[in-house]
Amino acid sequence: MKWRKLGKIFDPARYGLADGCTEYAKSPQAVVFDNYIRIYFSSQKRIDEKYLSYVQFIDIDKEFKNILNISKETPIKLGNLGAFDEHGIFPFNVIKYQGKLLAYICGWSRRKSVSIDMAIGAAKSEDGGTTFSRLGDGPVLTASLHEPFLVGDGFVRVYDGVFHMWYIYGNAWRASHPGSNPDRTYIIAHATSADGINWIKEGRNIIEQKYPLECQALPTVIKIENRYHMYFCRRHSFNFRNNPDYAYRLGYAYSDDLTNWTRADEKSGIDTSKDDWDSDMICYPNLFDCDGKTYLLYNGNEFGKYGFGIAELMEWD
Amino acid sequence: MFRWRKYGLIFNPTDFKDRPEWINEYAQAPNAIVFEKFVRVFFCCRPKPDAKGQFVSYCAFVDLNRHDLSKIINIATKPVLELGALGTFDEFGTYPVSVIKESDEIIAYYGGWTRCESVPFNISLGCAKSKDNGESFAKTGVGPVLSHSLDEPFVVTSPKIRKYNNSWYLFYTSGQKWFIYNGRAEIVYKLRLATSSDRLTWKKVNKNIITDKLGPDEAQACPDVIYANGKYHMFYCYRQAVDFRVNTNNTYRIGYAFSNDLINWTRDDSKAGIDISESGFDNEMVAYPTVIELDRKYYMFYLGNKVGKAGFGLAELEGDLK
Repeated sequence: MKWRKLGKIFDPARYGLADGCTEYAKSPQAVVFDNYIRIYFSSQKRIDEKYLSYVQFIDIDKEFKNILNISKETPIKLGNLGAFDEHGIFPFNVIKYQGKLLAYICGWSRRKSVSIDMAIGAAKSEDGGTTFSRLGDGPVLTASLHEPFLVGDGFVRVYDGVFHMWYIYGNAWRASHPGSNPDRTYIIAHATSADGINWIKEGRNIIEQKYPLECQALPTVIKIENRYHMYFCRRHSFNFRNNPDYAYRLGYAYSDDLTNWTRADEKSGIDTSKDDWDSDMICYPNLFDCDGKTYLLYNGNEFGKYGFGIAELMEWD
Repeated sequence: MFRWRKYGLIFNPTDFKDRPEWINEYAQAPNAIVFEKFVRVFFCCRPKPDAKGQFVSYCAFVDLNRHDLSKIINIATKPVLELGALGTFDEFGTYPVSVIKESDEIIAYYGGWTRCESVPFNISLGCAKSKDNGESFAKTGVGPVLSHSLDEPFVVTSPKIRKYNNSWYLFYTSGQKWFIYNGRAEIVYKLRLATSSDRLTWKKVNKNIITDKLGPDEAQACPDVIYANGKYHMFYCYRQAVDFRVNTNNTYRIGYAFSNDLINWTRDDSKAGIDISESGFDNEMVAYPTVIELDRKYYMFYLGNKVGKAGFGLAELEGDLK
């Protein structure tokens, strides 16, 4: 795979964010409309040393030069007291399906012994994606017998009439050394559905881990000709915030049948830049097609604190 | 109306001076399995709270003489279920637990407790299996077997596992909303049902299975179902949404409903026939019933005051269950 980086296209520091958010534009996710591309992302509001994540969006022209519109308030409010998405939504995956917009909420709620848990909810929009209402207060995909916690990062596509969701689940919380806060390890899994609401988990980690402490996150899939390509981000479970060698990079896998995936990070064709906004880290990928071209949205340093950029696919297998 | 003859308090751990630390107090949510010579009553207990006043909950059992249920002949020496690992759904408690005999094994479904920041806790249902008559259980997975969904957003708990006509039925309670009252988060929960052919994959019915009596915020728990005389009988407990801990007008009472098909239930609390006593361990509340048939009689184990802090008691049905 060969990519051409088009650079950073949105920096939250240059715009006023809604809902009291002051920074971050994490996990950009595109929906293509006739005259513009809407990109949903998550920003953060700090209260008492903790963050709440709110979904925002921008509309941008198809040359990625001009921002035409920016959300004036979040398209989806945070969940009710005690709900799975009470403390944040990140990421927010929106798909067009039969002329309507369906969204998959990765909801965050705070825990005591560990910092958070996640689950995946669903919402729909009746106004073209400006506001969304939940299908229910609870999740559509959550912990189960062998996927004990941190079910999140849902990315949905419909192929041959079947809804496919790629998502992550946690398989361990552990402290890097005695007394430190527990860190999580999560890996990529897959579920299918006939209606986008009732899901059946495949029940396995579909992308091999390179080492036991590897975290895999934000799977995103696109079909080009007869092959499915998956990008995701990967990092070490420990010291990933401060050590650039342990920080997020993009991983890559491909499949011809949506069941068997071959991991081939070395073919991803995209990595960190030198001395730039994405020099320490590259993460939270989102693939989409627009007017015959394939694009990759992604975040750079500090998990998207400085915004997101885009690359265009030039060559592929 | 059914007529229950109360035997009074059967078991309270605080009556045992040399009890181990993990079984310091409480005997909550009794559920019984009948053996040849004894009745094993599983219940949930607590060690002393931690420095912040927070409890964990363990599952234990006492064995009662089958021919004289007021006689305790054995007590568990260790928790029958371990608490879950860091970050798992059952890290801080296994309560309540429901058990059923299946060939030579005992299957348990239990509420697993985790602690949250904005509300005190969340609960999902776990599953475990015992090959030694319930002295120890191995969990089926590290995660829950039944958890939250669109219409059941949190606090899926109070399980009762049953098998009828080769199908599995899991009656339980699910939270509908949290609200703040006097600065404290309180939960509204309702009786629910899921069915399964393999015990592990469950299909939720997704509706409240009994009507509300005390208004939309009534809390309902412990849907204990028994088949007798051509129909299904359910005893459960219910209470007011607020001020239910001390105010005896608002604390748990035991209700009754019946069904011919396990799905559609007719609530008729006037038939339940058991209420709080004038004095004693159950003079503030009666709750968390479980009804068993034993040697052609029907018995009910149930909790008394402070949801089992005062232990559990026993009553015998006078007449038939019909």
